Amino acid sequence: MSLAARPVEGGDSVRLPSPPRALLPVLGAAALLLVSVLVGLFVGPAGIGASSIVRDALSHVPLLGIHSHLSSTDSAIVWQLRAPRVALALLVGGMLALAGGSYQGVFRNPLVDPYLLGVAAGAGLGATIAICYANGATSSYDLLPIAAFAGAALGVTLAYTLGVSTASASNPAALVLAGVTIVAFLTAVQTFIQQQHQQSLQEIYSWILGSVDTAGWHDVLLALPYVAVASVVILLHRRVLDVLAVGDDEAATLGVNVRRVRLTIVVFATIGTAAVVAVSGLIGFVGIIVPHFVRLAIGSSYRIVLPLSLLVGGSFLVLCDVLARTVVSPEELPIGVVTAFFGAPFFAVVLRTSRSFR
Amino acid sequence: MLDGVDLAVAEGEWVAVIGPNGAGKSTLLRAAAGLVSYAGSVRLDGDEASALSRRAIARRLAFVPQAPLLPAGMRVGEYVLLGRTAHVGPFGYESAGDLEAAGRALARLDLDALARRRLQTLSGGEQQRAVLGRALAQEAPLLLLDEPTSSLDIGRQQQALELVATLREQGDLTVLCAMHDITLAAQYADRLLVLSAGRLVAAGTPEEIASAELIAEHYGARVKVVAEGGTLAVVPVRRQ
Repeated sequence: MSLAARPVEGGDSVRLPSPPRALLPVLGAAALLLVSVLVGLFVGPAGIGASSIVRDALSHVPLLGIHSHLSSTDSAIVWQLRAPRVALALLVGGMLALAGGSYQGVFRNPLVDPYLLGVAAGAGLGATIAICYANGATSSYDLLPIAAFAGAALGVTLAYTLGVSTASASNPAALVLAGVTIVAFLTAVQTFIQQQHQQSLQEIYSWILGSVDTAGWHDVLLALPYVAVASVVILLHRRVLDVLAVGDDEAATLGVNVRRVRLTIVVFATIGTAAVVAVSGLIGFVGIIVPHFVRLAIGSSYRIVLPLSLLVGGSFLVLCDVLARTVVSPEELPIGVVTAFFGAPFFAVVLRTSRSFR
Repeated sequence: MLDGVDLAVAEGEWVAVIGPNGAGKSTLLRAAAGLVSYAGSVRLDGDEASALSRRAIARRLAFVPQAPLLPAGMRVGEYVLLGRTAHVGPFGYESAGDLEAAGRALARLDLDALARRRLQTLSGGEQQRAVLGRALAQEAPLLLLDEPTSSLDIGRQQQALELVATLREQGDLTVLCAMHDITLAAQYADRLLVLSAGRLVAAGTPEEIASAELIAEHYGARVKVVAEGGTLAVVPVRRQ
């Protein structure tokens, strides 16, 4: 068996390795997204026909000469209630999944997402403070989302500062442990405040459970710029996350500034997550199960996992929201219950089939 | 902890750093690669390494660690392509030139047929070649090898080192490696450096360094050095 290295002459046709190609899976996921959006728009208790909705949509397109048959009430239901809800679910689900996937890449751990570093606990604390101490102000300007966003950012800043100040600052596990510490602390503070204001418990609880129930496009427009910026930055780092898979030291010798990449991803994924948490509460499981599912279905390269997580996460949450508002109609289930309903069994399946736990 | 180690590697040389366990061989290599902090200076091609970006360093040296982390599920071709990281744009994608460089690395290491295989399905020797392939794809003039043979059997040890020797002949490659096997170091390197308890205690050609007295002094081992037909071997001698 000869293993001597072969010199390669200029005329040799060298077989080129191909980097992972994302186009086909992305197109598939985009199709899934389109289907979810249509389901989200067509399904609802008002019983508006799908074709009427399509006609109404096309009537806004100039020069087609199509006229809508929808009453103004029905039109408002579709475009002021359902459509913003679908758009918000797309933004929230997509951002949570993308942020989760990017955290998993940067910490080389399939079970982390921004919640773990303090976004959830921080946002919960911010929301609790806003609800308990500033009740009058929540109606005059959007204090609740601002407080939740600030809380989320504060939580992650504390966790990150604690994590990088430890002796093993280059070890990503240190950051995760710092996150656990900060989460415990912030949760304790939140519980204390809740105990002092027991009459607000229900409002706090229902915010925490999460919801994409929104009327009008205000919440969507509030979160959109943050989600857009965060998504662009994270997606630009797809290849670098693949390089990080070989470990911090090897990635450094390959030319990656590991600390800078880790900080960039943490900052932008947190900003995006904080923005969606601020408008929709703490919807759990999306950041972990969607990237995981994508990895199981397609493969581990972040070049594919990240854009797919964005699209599949959006579709997933839209469909969860449809379930949330139809399963016990005319009541609505909190969307966090639906995602947990899918998430917990999914975890069990992953645990059983995952090679790394054998 | 290394103390007062001064070393210069000339272009095209193969320098092997040897010494007993805990002498600091790996640490020396990792300091050269910028992976551990140090007092003093590391100069690559005349430029101070601490002033260079990681990208710039990666274009000048390729580091093969003792126990590389091979991501499960990654294909050999993609893994070798990782070596082009210092050449692609910061967020950019591999250019045709990058793909060709990786293709050349695959070809030189006979990995063409394995390019689509996933790393965890490869044998130990094939994985070794994949890691070397990644290092070659960097097209850096300096190759740092940290204990390249420590977990290999005698046949694979020879294959790995023959591979590096051939690669060195084919292109301008300077090699600095840390090795625990004195015989192999003596057979392949141009120059040996002996580290003991963090200090540089001897430096010279294999003939000068591979001596029973030196090895007894620094390793505490009883050996005899056999030189036959142009080959050096350090043979342990058992106490009767």
